[in-house]
Amino acid sequence: MNFWRSSILCILLVIMVLAVSTGNAETRIRCASTTSTQNSGLFEYILPLFEKDTGIKVDVIAVGTGAALELGKRGDVDVVLVHAKDDELKMVKQGWFVNRHDVMYNDFVIVGSPEDLADIRSVHSAMDAFRRIAESKTKFISRGDNSGTHKKELSIWKAAGINPEGKKWYLQVGQGMAKTLRIAANLRAYTLTDRGTYLSLVDREKLGLKILLEGDPILFNQYGVMAVNPEKYPHVKYKEAMTFINWLISDRGQKAIASFKDARGNQLFHPNAD
Amino acid sequence: MGFLIESTLKAVGIITSLDREFISIVLLSLRVSGTAVIIATVAGILLAVCIYQMQSPVKRLLIPLLNTSMGLPPVVVGLFIYLLLSRSGPLGTLNLLYTPTAMIIAQCVLATPIIAGIAHASMISADPEIRFTALCLGASELQATLRVIMETRYSILSSVVAGLGRVIAEVGAVLIVGGNIAGYTRVMTTAIALEADRGDFILAIALGMILLLLSLGINAVLYIFQKRGAID
Repeated sequence: MNFWRSSILCILLVIMVLAVSTGNAETRIRCASTTSTQNSGLFEYILPLFEKDTGIKVDVIAVGTGAALELGKRGDVDVVLVHAKDDELKMVKQGWFVNRHDVMYNDFVIVGSPEDLADIRSVHSAMDAFRRIAESKTKFISRGDNSGTHKKELSIWKAAGINPEGKKWYLQVGQGMAKTLRIAANLRAYTLTDRGTYLSLVDREKLGLKILLEGDPILFNQYGVMAVNPEKYPHVKYKEAMTFINWLISDRGQKAIASFKDARGNQLFHPNAD
Repeated sequence: MGFLIESTLKAVGIITSLDREFISIVLLSLRVSGTAVIIATVAGILLAVCIYQMQSPVKRLLIPLLNTSMGLPPVVVGLFIYLLLSRSGPLGTLNLLYTPTAMIIAQCVLATPIIAGIAHASMISADPEIRFTALCLGASELQATLRVIMETRYSILSSVVAGLGRVIAEVGAVLIVGGNIAGYTRVMTTAIALEADRGDFILAIALGMILLLLSLGINAVLYIFQKRGAID
């Protein structure tokens, strides 16, 4: 039996050594955020600046807004940066998060193939565009993943008085924004996207998607940041999370966001901290 | 077609330029999968020996169970480990979610049944004479089993290589428990998925080529072991 016992001890030892070796001294916090901020490259640009200022490393887990909020509610991250203001405020009220601040905005646009089969170029509101897509039964790709973009899309359908659920032309893919755009391009379909992710696709020209509707006030896209409530989860790194939040809304953080450009020189996010 | 060739050439350029980000992704993949397989080897062989020596009727139940778990879907394992390690889960206090350790645990769960399954199968297919002879010569049960393991070492080694081949190419589990954090838990497979989304195909192709080369190497080693095993 000695052989067994020593082998099991060996395994436990290895696991413990590994666990210790990864938990090294530098300060890290976890931020759950959206695929749009990751796919666009924003974090890669601003996080090294933040780290230089404060010595804190931020690990970004990029999922949809719905999933990011869920990670925060489970206590798996320290801070979230998402874009669904109504939901965010609701969850602050419920006590899951504290210290919510507006950080930046961009806007949503409706993209599709240049032929524009539903002729949405000739209307000016997102609701009318959605109505035309539904009437002409042209394919529409929905994120279908409870993300901020998905929530926005659903609110537009609702405002337009249409229930697209279950329709043949309405395809829910359950993927991140970049992948959804690729699917839309390949199926010559319409989709709703944040401008940042659309502009940041390296091979955008080849995909053949065009912005067909923009500028409707309903398409405004506000990003907010908030810390997980340390009273719910005493283990969260609340102090460091607040350092991050305060940096993002400080002049320095706001300037960093404004100076972030994609490979073609487009500004993708506009700072508007309160 | 031109696009594919051009991208592939550029990808070769990235590989040969030894880009730092690129190298660190490859090294993390090797570290995570390597460690996972080392632990899984010990656990897998122990499990195989346990089942091999078992006399009770539970054995009849365990063997099909083991064979089934050789094909565990990585996303399901990822989900399970996530729920286990999540702060709201039973092992949340260990603070392991979204670390390389969590990825090692998930891959370990994937590789252990493969190693145990193949090792056990090769042990029962070994010549029963080996065991009887050892027992007749006064060996204990354990010593006789160790003898069988020694005789089937090439098959067992090939099970280890098969386990490594499985976990290094796996994306579902490491994505869920690792979170694909840049410079921390981003491995080859999750990086390929991300870069393909972004449209940066060159980095994706470069990583894909390394992954294929590794698989090729792993299979070459597997082939050599199997051949040796056949000769012995």
